[in-house]
Amino acid sequence: MPADAPPVDALRFSGIAKIFGGVKALDDVSFTVGAGEVHCLAGENGCGKSTLIKIVTGVYQPEPGARMQIFGQDYAQISPTQARKAGIAVIWQDLALFAEMTVAENIAFETMLGNRPRGVSYSRLRTAAASALARLDVDLDLDARLGDLPIAQRQIVAIARALVSDARLIFMDEPTASLTQSETDALLSVVRTLSARGVAVVFVSHRLAEVLEISSRVTVLRDGKLVGVYPTEGMTQSRLTELMTGSSFAQDVMARDPTGSDVLRVDDLSRAGEYEGVSFTLRGGEVLGLTGLIGAGRTELCHTLFGMTPADRGRISLNGRELNLSSNRDAVAEGIAYVSEDRLALGLIQPQSISDNTVLAVLRRITGGVGLLSGQKQEATVAHWMAELAVKIGKPADAVSTLSGGNQQRVVLAKWLATQPKVLLLDCPTVGVDVGARAGIFRIVRQLAEKGLAILLVSDEVPEVYMNADRVLHMAGGRIVAEWDPRRTGLSEMEAAVYA
Amino acid sequence: MTDLYRRISTAFGPEVPGLLGFLALVLVVFGVFAPNFLTGANFGSIAFQLPELGLLTLAMLMPIISGGFNLAVIYTANMAGLTLAFVLNQYGGVDAGLWPFVIGVVLAIGVGALSGAVMGAVIAYVGAHPILVSLAMMIFLRGLGEFLTKGGDISGFPPWMATLGHGTLLGIPVPLILFLICAVLWHILLTHTRHGFSVRMIGSNIRAAAYSGVHTKRTLILIYTLSGVMCAIAGILMLSRFNSVRVGHGEALLLVTVLACFLGGVDPFGGFGRVLPVVIALIVLQVLSSGLNLLGANQHLSTAVWGLFLVGVMVLRWGAARINERRRKGS
Repeated sequence: MPADAPPVDALRFSGIAKIFGGVKALDDVSFTVGAGEVHCLAGENGCGKSTLIKIVTGVYQPEPGARMQIFGQDYAQISPTQARKAGIAVIWQDLALFAEMTVAENIAFETMLGNRPRGVSYSRLRTAAASALARLDVDLDLDARLGDLPIAQRQIVAIARALVSDARLIFMDEPTASLTQSETDALLSVVRTLSARGVAVVFVSHRLAEVLEISSRVTVLRDGKLVGVYPTEGMTQSRLTELMTGSSFAQDVMARDPTGSDVLRVDDLSRAGEYEGVSFTLRGGEVLGLTGLIGAGRTELCHTLFGMTPADRGRISLNGRELNLSSNRDAVAEGIAYVSEDRLALGLIQPQSISDNTVLAVLRRITGGVGLLSGQKQEATVAHWMAELAVKIGKPADAVSTLSGGNQQRVVLAKWLATQPKVLLLDCPTVGVDVGARAGIFRIVRQLAEKGLAILLVSDEVPEVYMNADRVLHMAGGRIVAEWDPRRTGLSEMEAAVYA
Repeated sequence: MTDLYRRISTAFGPEVPGLLGFLALVLVVFGVFAPNFLTGANFGSIAFQLPELGLLTLAMLMPIISGGFNLAVIYTANMAGLTLAFVLNQYGGVDAGLWPFVIGVVLAIGVGALSGAVMGAVIAYVGAHPILVSLAMMIFLRGLGEFLTKGGDISGFPPWMATLGHGTLLGIPVPLILFLICAVLWHILLTHTRHGFSVRMIGSNIRAAAYSGVHTKRTLILIYTLSGVMCAIAGILMLSRFNSVRVGHGEALLLVTVLACFLGGVDPFGGFGRVLPVVIALIVLQVLSSGLNLLGANQHLSTAVWGLFLVGVMVLRWGAARINERRRKGS
């Protein structure tokens, strides 16, 4: 045997399955990460990536039959503590840092934790933090308040914290989703440094360009099943897209020419720091896609169209009449509805009932003769929309939080459709909705368009707008920079432009 | 038994059967041990004492359901009472007629509404926390009231006003009738109007309510205005019961109103709460205190028992929730 034996793999998992309420979130998946390797875990939203990470880190237990090995050691079961001790760390999108504490405290506070109470040694804390940053070849002010740093630097802090607790395998969940290109480059260089020092990194991202740039191998999941493990050398973006979405994908573009007349017209709309010179028209029966990176100004534009923030300049007209919206109540009265990207915090009132959430925007319509709310009218409205949108609910009086993501989104749609809108603004309607339910949501969207509704479909997932929109606008840096017809422009071309 | 429980809880809310059980328990225990407990005189005195606390609790209820608070309920009531007292004193005091009374009542309610509207507007537009805003209002009103009354009492009202505080109609105490009317109005307002609907939604998630087109600012102003109006009614009742007004009257009731709301199952985080269980909770509190009184216990002891009662109810609710959960998992 040679002196330097082949290094042990960081992770060797096989036969991993996970069932949630009868649905197979993961089905016989295997996942192997070499020591010091940069590995990518790719797949669409809801393909099982997060579930897999949660199994590796001990948050979920897999179904019986799984074989799990971390750095050569076998585990029958993994608890979160064991996973940490074995050297696994996850950097979630929200980073889980303390905004009010300094960089040094955020990086090294764990060295100060223990069962016995003792004084905090700030000099040791600073030394530990400084050495972690040095291992990343990054220079940060140790005394800066974390909340004052840009998101990219906070990410570095989160990575450094993982190093302090001796992580040898770091998962990064969509780390570049809110970064600019130069910040992304800086992060990728940190990832390379980590890898060079023997720390394996699993990169979870659906931005294919960076996936191919940074990693040596990619594991592709689709609908909870392993599609395969591929070397990134020689892999193209379009091939990877095919693997992630399934081959039938390319033939199913829904785009067609809408027949309705112009409903919503936006002329040279601008709002300082948010969007600039935005013009487009939206026809009845049309699904207009709007895509771009986070921070491109998509949601901000929606807020103005929904009357929640005024534009500095420009015009919005509906059916040829200029609108002057001073609140979203005006917008609702004009027939504009907005499905927020943040369903949990803004789209629904989670603790309240399905029934009350459904009628929230149409209280006037369920008011009876003497000005009192009519329970009968409320019941009828709710029953109508639950049936119309095929929402699977227990009782209308149940809290809306008891529903799955897909059914919750249908309740949001029901709430807005009850207002009988002419224009429907859908802001990332499939966030947190699993794959099967997403198809259901888009079927509803298409049916609504066929009934003549004008729909603006906003998404940061290019495949979604490519598949479901009749036309696609590309927004970047607050401006509309391109318009595409999915029947003429391919997905990879769109993605290349958006994620460039 | 479980069938009865289910029928009551579907008709009146899940808090009601438990509270009725508590009430029955308290009645039986005191009926056995306290002399003169099960007498008309005792229930009559309960019926006269309940409305004051009841009206103030209604004033506290709506802000709490909206996720807020109104610390100024007592002093708003005092200030409204003062307003009525000033008007009556201007028009002859003991000899004042009906018209000064009517004008005084309208002005008193106006003062209550104004106090609430100012709080509501600051909460809605400045975004300050309701506890801070109502604390400021409470201290302002207390200072203003003490300044105007020089710390003393105002008395000397027409004798016929005692009817309002001590009279009966068809054998029912007038204050109780007033309270029941207000409670029914509050119930209708909270469960059957757009305003009440918005109050609950705002209480759970004000931003999501705003995104759905609820006029949150207007609703907040209305919540505190209505709360102020209810305080004013309580203040007028207090005036006619004590036949005098003093700033600080009823000060000890402030936190009891909060206690009654939480006993009545109002969610401390906002969004959920109903009038009926709160009314039953009020009755339980009042019965407890009068029973202990008849047993010869000190007034302070009955306050202590109120506190224990709230702890007991919370423990029981936690237990009931666990049993329910286990049953759901089992089935």
